Amino acid sequence: MPEALSFKFDVDGEDFTCAGQASVIVKKNLRQLGLPPEIIRRVSIAMYEGEINMVIHAGGGKAEVNVYEDCIEIVLIDNGPGIKDIEQAMQEGFSTATDTIRSLGFGAGMGLPNMKRYTDYMDIKSQVGVGTTITMKVNLT
Amino acid sequence: MKISTIKDLLKAEVICCEESLGLHVYSACGSDMMSDVLAYVKDQAVLMTGLVNSQVIRTAEMMDMKCIVFVRSKMPTAEMIELAKESNIVLLATPKRMYEACGILYSNGLVGNRVKNA
Repeated sequence: MPEALSFKFDVDGEDFTCAGQASVIVKKNLRQLGLPPEIIRRVSIAMYEGEINMVIHAGGGKAEVNVYEDCIEIVLIDNGPGIKDIEQAMQEGFSTATDTIRSLGFGAGMGLPNMKRYTDYMDIKSQVGVGTTITMKVNLT
Repeated sequence: MKISTIKDLLKAEVICCEESLGLHVYSACGSDMMSDVLAYVKDQAVLMTGLVNSQVIRTAEMMDMKCIVFVRSKMPTAEMIELAKESNIVLLATPKRMYEACGILYSNGLVGNRVKNA
């Protein structure tokens, strides 16, 4: 099997206005690869929500997008506070975001549910005080 | 509906990407919560919002939107205008409030959301 095409990013946690830059680059790269627009949209929305979450909750992190023959994989790794109760965090409307974040248009408790909604596979590994790793896949076939 | 018609109906000012005013759009949505736009919107080409920050442009870019209308005379920042130009998204600003702006476009045939269920 040919080696996967891989995009890697450091997500800056300092500046909310910069959040989403990596997702925009990924979207442009996937367009150049000529993938179907609906696939590109699902990947980029899931990654964008993840990127926003990393900036809001974890002070940034690392993002990696791997393009395989049969799927696109998104891996988001942070060393933030971790998620105490993943089941609760997955509920639509549940959020620990501050009012400041809400005034910026986010923190409606839709981030993680959206990431699940737009992908075919999602796995969250999180340890309080250590960090969170989220792996998502969108099937190409 | 052409984007130029939206501009006329809302008495809006064109902030950037004037060359795309001739594009046709078939539906629109209005929200100040970008999370909700990302959750519920599908195939809407126009976003009407009173929120002003860079994430508005990035959200529209992620959703493949063609036009953003800022209501209540809100004006985007220079950074937002640059981002919109890079993605070829038309920015309009109207003095009308959200409810009125949505109502005008809806009653002129620009339909709203088709809710995407999980």
